[in-house]
Amino acid sequence: MRDEKQIEGAKNPMEDFLRMDRIPHIWCPGCGIGTVVTSFAEAIQKSNINLDKLVVVSGIGCTGRVAGYIKLDSFHTTHGRAVPFATGLKIANPELTVVVFSGDGDICGIGGNHLIHAARRNIDITVICVNNFNYAMTGGQVAPTTPEGANVSTAPYGNYEYPFNLPYLVEASGACYVARWTALHLRRVTKSIQEAIKKRGFSFIEVITPCVTLYARRNRLGEGLDLLKYYYDNSDIQHGANTKDLDIKYQGKLIVGKFVDIEKPTFLDSMNKHFTKVLSDKYEPYVKEVKNG
Amino acid sequence: MKTDPKGVLTGSHYMDGDFAIAEGGLAAGCRFFGGYPITPSTETAERFSERIPKVGGIFIQMEDELGAMASLIGAVWGGRKAMTVTSGPGFSLIMENLGLAAMMEIPVVVANVQRGGPSTGLPTLPGQQDMMQARWGSHGDYEIIALSPDSPQECFDLTIEAFNLSEIYRVPTLLMTDECIGHMHEKVIIPPAEEIEVVERKWYKGPKDKYMPYKPDKDGIPFMVKAGDGYRFHTTGLTHDYRGYPEINAEWQDQNVRHLVDKINNNADKIIKIEEDKTDNAEVVVISYGITSRVAIKAVQEARRNGVKVGNIRLITVWPFPEKRIRELADKIKAFVVPEINYGQIVLEVERCAAGKAPVIKVSHLGGGVHNPDDILRLIMEAAK
Ligand code: SF4
Repeated sequence: MRDEKQIEGAKNPMEDFLRMDRIPHIWCPGCGIGTVVTSFAEAIQKSNINLDKLVVVSGIGCTGRVAGYIKLDSFHTTHGRAVPFATGLKIANPELTVVVFSGDGDICGIGGNHLIHAARRNIDITVICVNNFNYAMTGGQVAPTTPEGANVSTAPYGNYEYPFNLPYLVEASGACYVARWTALHLRRVTKSIQEAIKKRGFSFIEVITPCVTLYARRNRLGEGLDLLKYYYDNSDIQHGANTKDLDIKYQGKLIVGKFVDIEKPTFLDSMNKHFTKVLSDKYEPYVKEVKNG
Repeated sequence: MKTDPKGVLTGSHYMDGDFAIAEGGLAAGCRFFGGYPITPSTETAERFSERIPKVGGIFIQMEDELGAMASLIGAVWGGRKAMTVTSGPGFSLIMENLGLAAMMEIPVVVANVQRGGPSTGLPTLPGQQDMMQARWGSHGDYEIIALSPDSPQECFDLTIEAFNLSEIYRVPTLLMTDECIGHMHEKVIIPPAEEIEVVERKWYKGPKDKYMPYKPDKDGIPFMVKAGDGYRFHTTGLTHDYRGYPEINAEWQDQNVRHLVDKINNNADKIIKIEEDKTDNAEVVVISYGITSRVAIKAVQEARRNGVKVGNIRLITVWPFPEKRIRELADKIKAFVVPEINYGQIVLEVERCAAGKAPVIKVSHLGGGVHNPDDILRLIMEAAK
């Protein structure tokens, strides 16, 4: 219940973090994306970091519009390229705390190659991936995350492809921090974002937020909050679960929690250490990676 | 201002065009290189990766050219000067985010060491077949600047020039060279740092809350800031207003497109550099660029020995196209002869500018080698008849 109240009161504490001159936003009533933005705003408020040094990068899609509403240095880039854009931004200016905020189709469909490589290199960025199970901005087409059996506009007889298990993918690629929640786990999402931003290294948070307008309507799964509540109620918190076991079945149980939280040198750590070792005083050190806050 | 001496390898060197591009970038103050290996441009990336740790910058080999170009735009917003190098197939992938760079008005340099195409084509052999793609290879209306060096020395010089132009006009600038120049070893003189002029980014210095990333300054070019300095700005690939906020309507679309195109075209006279030789009383004028200009000159000299009044033009700037000068000449001469290593690209621009006043004869080589000067000579002689 507490969570629901927070949704209703979502706008007021947010004014410092939103470009109020761009409100109303484009999201549908009952869409969970706004809820994730609320959690993000709370997380950065609590994180006690210098907001001037915090930047948000989005790609294209419903969640891709997040960058346009957040009152930070914010970049709305091309479809799939938020992660490599963020990679360039972070390593060019390591003082920055860089958060990629985008959708599943953007990050793991068209941008999937960049996702695994940023995780592999352990670029010190946080990726918040809102998984709404379909390509919503274009009208609800099948996505690499659409559960098998779900009906979407380009799988009108039901989806027969295997969807990605994102936590498994990013852990295998090298991520230091991996969590999954539903949008209604407001406090958990907030806490995960705080932890992920603090984490030195590549962090990934999947937030399950089924698209109410397209995915839910087409599959007759109820409206707005009911739908979000269904996922919330059917989720099972299993911290440290083996990411191999995190497949999402159509209307099945959802395993959520924090699965990975490890330490290892970042891309810039490794680069600095390596060049110092092999080039000694010939190495002209590049700006050191510094942690905001 | 003078460049940072750290990146300048002052002296007389014997190096190929690919290396000279890397040295030009470093001398211009480029401290971020994001790229993907592709023949025949790889040596530029290799050179950069070797030199950059000693100069204080970053080299990152990205997973593909889509990511490479995106990383450059991120790096520029991070406050760096950034570049990449590529060839045919990679150039096609670069185009996606070159469009974003045009839309976000990003100073950035992309070198294309051209090979024969289409598709995988001739990875190890020269072509000049991406000249039109250079202009409008990404979707939508925009303009870029493209330069074409004819020697390793010019690879060095024009890479610096490309950085300077990109900063002055906040525009992606392309260095369109080719496999021959890229792999040609010649003397390259790198001057002392005090002699290298570089253009600083057009940094905004006013009050933080007044900053608008797309509000044109008096000279038509908006100011830039870098991320992390407290401006809380927004930028997007969508059609946008001066604040960078999306505006999905015909009015702002009109403003955006006009601005992107006009800022280059209105300054074309300042940007364009061409080399002219004996064009003043010429009957026939040969127009070429890059490696082809080095072959064409042989034909021009031979034709002159045969008594033909031949003028020679070498395009150093290809885009924006020097249309004014071509129009002037079209009124006076018998014909243009345009050799290039493609089936006819820049020749179309010459034709457009000649507007029927002088015939335009193309001399195509379809890639994989350079022209035989005799083929050019024959057409010069015919044109002079
Ligand atoms: S289309 Fe779906 S994902 Fe997009 S805003 Fe509406 S509910 Fe949210």
